[in-house]
Amino acid sequence: MNLDNFRPRVLVTKIGLDGHDRGSRIVAAACRDAGMEVIYTPPWQSIAAVVKLALEEDVDVVGISSLATDHLIVPKLMTAMREARLGHVRVVVGGIVPDHEEALLKHAGVREVFHPGSTMDDITTRMREYAREARRAVAAEENRP
Amino acid sequence: MNKPVAPRLLGDSAAADARQRWEDEYRATIGDAEREAVNVSGVPIKPLYTADDRAGSGVDDGLGYPGQPDYTRGIYATMHRGRTWTQRQLVGLGTPADYNERLLGLLERGATAVSLIPCNSVYRGYDMDSVEPELLGTCGVVVNHVEHMDRCLRDVDVGRISCAMNDPSPFTLLAFMLVAAERRGIAWKDVSGTSNQSDYLSHYVANHMFYRLALPGARRVLMDHIAWCREFAPRWNPMSVVGQHMQQAGATPAEAMAFTLSSAVQNAEDCRERGMDPDEFLPRFTFFFDISMSFFEEVAKFRAGRRIWARLARERLGAKDPRSWRFKFHAQTSGVDLTRQQPLNNIARVAAQAMAGIFGGLQSLHTDAYDEAYATPSEAGARIAVATQNILREEAHLTDVIDPLGGSFYVEALTDAMEEKILAIMKTVDEAGGMYKAVESGLVQRMIGASAMRFQNRVDASEQVVVGVNKYRADDEAVSRTAVERPDPEQMRRHLADFAAWKSARSTAGVERALDALTRSAESPRGNVFGAVVDAARAGLTNEEICGRLRRDLGFGQPLVVV
Repeated sequence: MNLDNFRPRVLVTKIGLDGHDRGSRIVAAACRDAGMEVIYTPPWQSIAAVVKLALEEDVDVVGISSLATDHLIVPKLMTAMREARLGHVRVVVGGIVPDHEEALLKHAGVREVFHPGSTMDDITTRMREYAREARRAVAAEENRP
Repeated sequence: MNKPVAPRLLGDSAAADARQRWEDEYRATIGDAEREAVNVSGVPIKPLYTADDRAGSGVDDGLGYPGQPDYTRGIYATMHRGRTWTQRQLVGLGTPADYNERLLGLLERGATAVSLIPCNSVYRGYDMDSVEPELLGTCGVVVNHVEHMDRCLRDVDVGRISCAMNDPSPFTLLAFMLVAAERRGIAWKDVSGTSNQSDYLSHYVANHMFYRLALPGARRVLMDHIAWCREFAPRWNPMSVVGQHMQQAGATPAEAMAFTLSSAVQNAEDCRERGMDPDEFLPRFTFFFDISMSFFEEVAKFRAGRRIWARLARERLGAKDPRSWRFKFHAQTSGVDLTRQQPLNNIARVAAQAMAGIFGGLQSLHTDAYDEAYATPSEAGARIAVATQNILREEAHLTDVIDPLGGSFYVEALTDAMEEKILAIMKTVDEAGGMYKAVESGLVQRMIGASAMRFQNRVDASEQVVVGVNKYRADDEAVSRTAVERPDPEQMRRHLADFAAWKSARSTAGVERALDALTRSAESPRGNVFGAVVDAARAGLTNEEICGRLRRDLGFGQPLVVV
C-alpha cells in the first residue's frame, strides 16, 4: 500500500456522560475537509460501542473528545481496544485534560492529547500521521512470518 | 464646558467643517493601518461614533429611564445602586456530605444564595450504580434520592435562602428538595429559587445534558412544571430560558440572544395554549446568558435583548403587568474563551467579561475560575473568581451609577445595530414555524455549527487574537497550573455502598405503586407529570427510576447532531 497517498479513516466520538460537542463537531468537520473518511457519532457512547464501531469501520484513528472528565475512563477504552485486537488503532484525546492525568492517559497507550488552543491544521496533520502509523503497524503484523 | 454637542446644533457650517477636518486628519494619519472591524455578530464597527449615529435628535431620545419600559437602561429604577447583583457561584462536587461542607463554608463567608450542580450522571438520568464509577462526582454532586438532597442541605434553611439548581427536566432535584422541606415542616410557598436550565430546547440544541426524553415529552413536562409551581410553589422560578449553552456551543452573541428570545416566546405561547394567563407565568420567567470577550458587543446584546423582550411580552404575548415585561437575567463568564496556556491571564479575561455583564444590567453573576480551561475549578480558583466580583463591586465602584455606558454614541448605535440583527434572526426562526420547529428541523443547530466553525477559522488564521495561544506565546506556561481536585474515591465507594443498602431496604411494593402513578400521569393528558414526580420522590424513587419510567412512557429522543 502507498502510505503517502491514502485516505485515513477516523472515528470522532465522545464516551461517558458529557454532551458538549462543539469540539468534536469542529474536529470531525476539519478532518472531513482535510480529505479523511470520518465516522462521527453523537455523544455518550459506551466503551463497547466505540470498540464495535472501530472494528466494523476498520478505522485507523479514534478521536475522543472530553470536556468534563470523561477522559478518566479512556484507560478502560484502551484495554477494551487491545482485547478486541485493535492495538494498532491510534487513540487520541482532545479537550480538557489536566497535566498529571495526561501522563496517565499516555501511560495507558493514548498516542496524543490535544489541548485547547490546538489549531485544526495541527490536529488534522497529526491525525494523518497517526493513521499512517496504524497502517504500518498492520502491515508489519501481516508480513510477520 | 467641554460638553459634547451634536454637530447639527452648532452653527451650520462650523460643525460640518469640524467633522470634515477630523475625517481628513484621520485618513491622512492612519494610512495603511486602516482596517476593517466587524464584531462577532457581524456588525461593522466604525472608528468613531457621533450624535449622527443615533436616529433621533439627541442622545437621550427614546432611551427612557431605568425601571420604565422599554427598560433599555435597566429593569429597576435603582438597579445596582439599590441592590447589587446576586453573587451566585455554582457549587457541586463529590458526595452530598462533601457538598454540604463546602456550601456551609460559602454561606459562612457571606454567600446569600445556594446553587447546586449535580453530577453528569444525574443530568443524564442515571443512578450512581449504573455508570462508570470513575466519573462519579467529578463534575457535580451525586444526588440520587431525597435522603441525598436532605444531606446536601443539612443546616441550610431552605425556607429562607434562595436555591438555584441545575435541574433539567423532569426536575427531580426540585422534587427531592420540596419533599425534604416538607419533612422539616417548611411550607412549599416559602421555598424560593430557580430551576436553572429548565429550558429543554437549549439542552436539545447545544449541550445535550439531558436524559434523552423526546422533544414532545420534554415540552409537556416543562408545561406541567410551570403550571404546578404556579399553584404549589409560587415563589419558585420554574422557567429559566437559556442562551448560555448556545453561545458556548458557537452561536454569535446576536444569535444566542435571538434564539433565547425565540425560545421564551415558544414557551410562553405553549403556556398560553395550556390556558394560563401571561401575567401569571411571565413574572417567573428568568434568563441565563453567556458573557464573551467581545466587550461592547456583549453590553449591547443585553441592552438590546432587554428592550426587545419588553415589547414582545407586551405586544406579542399580551402581558399587562410590568413585572411580566422585565427581563431578569443571570449571566456567566465564558468558559470557552479561557485558555490553558498562561492560565493566570484568565483572571483578566473573567474580569473584562464580568464588567460587560454588569454594564449590561445583569441581576445575578457567576464568574468562572481561571483554571476551568484545564480542570474542574480548584478551591483557590473559585476564591479568586469570587474576589473578582468583590473588587469590581467595592473597589472599582461599578454599582454607583445606573447604566453608565448609556448615552455613549457607540454603545447606543451598537445597541440599535444588535437589536436589528437579533430581530432579523428571530424572523428566520418565526418563518421556520417558531423555535420548537426550528430546533426539530435542525435549523438552529446548523446555524450554530456554522458560526462555531467561522470563529475557529478566524482563531486558526490569527484574525481573532487569543493571547498566549496564537500571539504572545510563552514557554513557561505550565508553572502556574494548579493540581486538580477529584473526589475522594474511598468516600465515593462508601456513598455507593450506602446507596445499595438503602435501595435493598426499600419496600418494592411502594416502588411499584409510585412507578404506576408516574405512568398514569404520563398517559393522562390532564395529569400533571411534575406533580407525580414530587409524589415519586416522596415514595423514595430514585432519579434513574423516575427518568427511566418517563422516558419509557413519553418517548426516547436522540439529539439531532449536525456536523
